[in-house]
Amino acid sequence: MTEAAVDGAVAGSAEAVSPLTEALRSTWLRRISRNRNVVTGALILLVLVLAALFADVISTHSPTRLFPANRLKPPSAEHYLGTDEFGRDVYSLVVHGSQISLLVGATTMLLTSLGGIVTGLLAGYYRRLDLILMRFMDGLMAFPAILLAIALMAARGPGVWNVIFALSVVYLPRTAMLIRSTVLTIRELDYVQAARALGRGDPAIAFRHILPNCLAPLLVQASFIFAYAILAEAILGFLGVGVPPYVPSWGNVIASGKNVIREAFWVSLFPGLALTLAGLSLNLLGDGLRDTLDPRLRVQ
Amino acid sequence: MTAYLIRRVLALLPVMLVVLTIVFLLIHLIPGDPVSVMLGPDATLAQIQATRQSLGLDRPLYEQLFKFYGRVLRGDLGRSYFLDRPVTVALLERAEPTLVLTACALLVAVMIGVPSGIIAAAYRGSVWDRALMLGALLGVCIPGFWLSLNFIYLFAVRLGWLPAAGYTSFLVEPAAALRYMVLPAVSLGFNQSALIARISRSCMLEVLQQDYIRTARAKGLSQGATICGHAFRNALVPVITVIGITMAILIGGAVVTEIVFNIPGLGRLIVSAIMRRDYPVVQGVVLVTAAAYVLINLTVDLLYAFIDPRIRYD
Repeated sequence: MTEAAVDGAVAGSAEAVSPLTEALRSTWLRRISRNRNVVTGALILLVLVLAALFADVISTHSPTRLFPANRLKPPSAEHYLGTDEFGRDVYSLVVHGSQISLLVGATTMLLTSLGGIVTGLLAGYYRRLDLILMRFMDGLMAFPAILLAIALMAARGPGVWNVIFALSVVYLPRTAMLIRSTVLTIRELDYVQAARALGRGDPAIAFRHILPNCLAPLLVQASFIFAYAILAEAILGFLGVGVPPYVPSWGNVIASGKNVIREAFWVSLFPGLALTLAGLSLNLLGDGLRDTLDPRLRVQ
Repeated sequence: MTAYLIRRVLALLPVMLVVLTIVFLLIHLIPGDPVSVMLGPDATLAQIQATRQSLGLDRPLYEQLFKFYGRVLRGDLGRSYFLDRPVTVALLERAEPTLVLTACALLVAVMIGVPSGIIAAAYRGSVWDRALMLGALLGVCIPGFWLSLNFIYLFAVRLGWLPAAGYTSFLVEPAAALRYMVLPAVSLGFNQSALIARISRSCMLEVLQQDYIRTARAKGLSQGATICGHAFRNALVPVITVIGITMAILIGGAVVTEIVFNIPGLGRLIVSAIMRRDYPVVQGVVLVTAAAYVLINLTVDLLYAFIDPRIRYD
């Protein structure tokens, strides 16, 4: 049996062997913290989270106040990353933009994870529900992701929560299908059969014995969904169907930079770099977590 | 193969039914009264009533749904208020640029992705491998629409080599069309080439570890002959699947690229329809792209089964 399988099996019957689980969990954490990708990704993400939390402190200007006299100034000591067509400070816009990106990314990740756990457990556990739920998920997966998000935004109108709603609907099936397939494998394993023989009810088996073993793949998936959601939010903002244009978000700033690309490349350059950095951190995190948590999936 | 084909096509029916239902429900997701939203604040009560009746929105939901199924099956996607023509006609007019862009981007993605993956696998652990895989990681992370803007700045504004935006049909002026298509196709294809490169590399590595490759090497075949003659064809099977998936993803990506480069395709159609609250067009574009997406995935599955017969007997 591989180390991961031992991890999984033991974590499943946590109450009986808790000292051993503790020991394994600490190696689990140590393995993660030794992975270079995870550490680099986590550090970049930490910087972005700190920027979002202390945006008001570290930004040099108000991101919403317009100074038409200051329009399209190149980067300087006064405006680190220059100004946009309305005279807003690009550095302050980028710093504040991280708030929207991280809010949308993290909330979408949480909602898809919770929704995916519920849907996946129900589908994996009850065959009758499986048929209906999975056909619905197949239907959602049949749309190109960004187009479905655009269509949902068209119906609901601009707004942060509408973006989160749209992206959660779009990315839910991936998590639900992942959890379902993991549940289908685990529910046939001996220790689950043993729990059933001991007279455990379905909810107890599902939440205590099956769910903990779905967490590793879920964590990997969640970090990729975080990355997709941040990118999709920026795309929706860029197309003018995401958060309202006056809200400082990376997509909105890049969109305003598009109009002035001939005179002022910096307006779209820097928010795009921030977006790339965010994507890089989450992809590194996801790749690293996959390598450590599920050695079978490791890319050679 | 025929049985497999029939099974796969039948499996699509429930999926398309769900797709149709979701597209139908889009109108009902509009907060408040959809008709007032569509017609704007200046509409009179009589206009609102008339539109509601003409759209059938005054009927019970299930009746509307079945009517919608019926209409779509007859090839009727409704009428665009703004463009004043059937949605199907508007879609046909705008399909060419999107198809051309998708095809060109796919070509770019394959031409960059497959050789990169093979070189990285052939020289595993070398500087080439590291550099190419770093490029692939960046390719995944760099947002395509932002890359497009940077390309416009560099190649159109600074260097003046290529036009910044626009579109001409290949059927009308092939040379000009090519110049217009280079930047959009490269910026859209680059992202997807990263995925293809990663998969090609790992498939190639797997094949290179097989016994028959060792045999080929033991016979004294050169690295090139081993890779091209023996490993490449066997590594190709999963790569074809990824290329299919890439094509489906590119349809979605094309929407955004069209906006950046001002290409009059389906992407620009849907975004302007949203701004005009022309919901039948929004529904039409979404439905048609979803159908294309499903068909491409079906083709990939069939192609895969054709190349690798083991799949048919699953």
